Amino acid sequence: MAARAMWKGVIRFGDVAVPVKLFSGIEDRDVHFRLLHRKDKYPVKQAMVNPETDAIVPYAETKRAFVTDEGDLVMLEKDELDALAPEKSRDIDIMHFLPQHEIDHRWYDRPYYLGPDGAGDEYFAMTAGLESSGMEGLAHWVMRNKEYIGALRVHDGYPMLMSLRHAEEVIPVESLQAPSGKPLDERELSMARQLITMLEANFEPEKYHDEYRERVLEMLEAKQKGRAVKVVPFRKRAPSEDLTAALEASLRSTG
Amino acid sequence: MAEDEHEEDDVVRPRPFWSGVIAFGLVSLPVSLFPAVRGKRLSLKMVDDSGTPLSRRYFCEHEQKVLSSDDIVRGYKADEHRYVVVEDKELEELAPEKSQEIDLKRFVPLDEIDPIYFERAYFLVPDGDVTKAYRLLAKSMEDEERAGIATFVMRGKEYLVAIMAERGILRAETLRFHDEVRSPEDIGLPTKKKPAKDAVTRMQKAMKALTEKKLDQDALVDRYTHQVLETVKKKIKTGKDIIKAPEEEAAEYATGDNVIDLMQVLKERLQGKSPAAEDRTVEEHEKKPARKKNHGDGKKHPAGASSKPASLEDVTRDELYERAKELHIPGRSSMSKKQLMDAIRKH
Repeated sequence: MAARAMWKGVIRFGDVAVPVKLFSGIEDRDVHFRLLHRKDKYPVKQAMVNPETDAIVPYAETKRAFVTDEGDLVMLEKDELDALAPEKSRDIDIMHFLPQHEIDHRWYDRPYYLGPDGAGDEYFAMTAGLESSGMEGLAHWVMRNKEYIGALRVHDGYPMLMSLRHAEEVIPVESLQAPSGKPLDERELSMARQLITMLEANFEPEKYHDEYRERVLEMLEAKQKGRAVKVVPFRKRAPSEDLTAALEASLRSTG
Repeated sequence: MAEDEHEEDDVVRPRPFWSGVIAFGLVSLPVSLFPAVRGKRLSLKMVDDSGTPLSRRYFCEHEQKVLSSDDIVRGYKADEHRYVVVEDKELEELAPEKSQEIDLKRFVPLDEIDPIYFERAYFLVPDGDVTKAYRLLAKSMEDEERAGIATFVMRGKEYLVAIMAERGILRAETLRFHDEVRSPEDIGLPTKKKPAKDAVTRMQKAMKALTEKKLDQDALVDRYTHQVLETVKKKIKTGKDIIKAPEEEAAEYATGDNVIDLMQVLKERLQGKSPAAEDRTVEEHEKKPARKKNHGDGKKHPAGASSKPASLEDVTRDELYERAKELHIPGRSSMSKKQLMDAIRKH
């Protein structure tokens, strides 16, 4: 089943223009609930309410405010904010091409597949160019009034835009200091490494299922038919005090 | 189950995303997960004309009435006219066995996990002042260049997670499930065509002309936020469109202890500063916003919240936790917002 494109744009760098369609690379499989009014089972609506009077303030009458460090409010009109919104455009500008891994996966936010918009000659040439160069593009585009930065890369033989988080949002591991303490016991360290080796496996993502989601759906099914649902109890583990003993026992039971 | 968790995004004080036990063989290691990704720097409040912060509330169109959390229940759309009503408790009871433990049963080569699976990153910090097991796990995983894979359940959602070690620090990446990641076939992308050689050469040339060795991090700056902050600065300078904080509130802000930074929490917790000491700071800190009347989000600090159990849903998890503490509710530190509400109501 072919998916629907969520947006159309044109990739541009130098004198190159590649018309593309964007498709979400992920599929939302969460179980969605509506909130209902308990009394009449009507879906509820959301409203902005003055907490002191409980009066509903229509959305058009609401304003935005920035709170300063002193607790003062700086009022911002909607048209002031709208004026700052990025300009509409269909262009996906590639600012630079960078060696792979230069755009760290820690910036990655959401993947979008790119499909050809039109005959696709340029599209397949671009894909081949990306693959042979081993480079990734740093892209900038405006989609649905929002500005995006992304990595243009090849995934599974097809071009993909991976949107990136903003610099201020990601805490670099380099800015933190690892826990310190007495040097680790060599014997414990070698047992821990041995345990990891015994538990070695390949990453097989298709082996993991969202069992909880499946159970929720099962429960919903059961409820519709008026059946009861089972519950499993659980006890929490205490922290290990004797690391050597715990590691030895782990190696025995795993091996 | 994907609901309004974003309401909690701008909580003043960082709370762990999850607290529980990492199981490595028979070694168990109590940890907390803190986000490695902060919320947006810019958080604007919705206010009315006179600057009164508004709260987001639910209302029934049918009765034209603002509802309290007790009036609301979840419904799953069975068909056009019918909802299956589901209580929060029923959802929580479905998965208690995984909710407090991340059991590392498999260790996979680091480079085998395609980054398309990565959803969100967290730092692991040791719970309590003993860091030996934490350091041991981090060191041995780093030596072996492997990531531990496990699943756990939290706030009504199951997570697949990869635990990785870097520079002696343990990091968790929640992973998308395989059926949540689409393949080119799922989307129906066309079969590959072999492009003309000269077209590819032209692409390569254009790419080469724009090639740089290093990523300029300025490209990752959030321009919109910066522009809004510029506008804010100008207004402060000229004194235009400013509503001054009431005196007693300004005094609270002046002490500067109304914001505790995520970085600060991470740094302290990584060095094994005990959560007990931290709880005291929370208590002192949490009392302040509760007194606020005009400013601060009304949703987060409803006036007289502690005497109005009907509006529990409008209270932050921090505040619910404080109330649970007053009531001596056991197991409160590992409870979700919903669980806390439930426990307080039943008390």
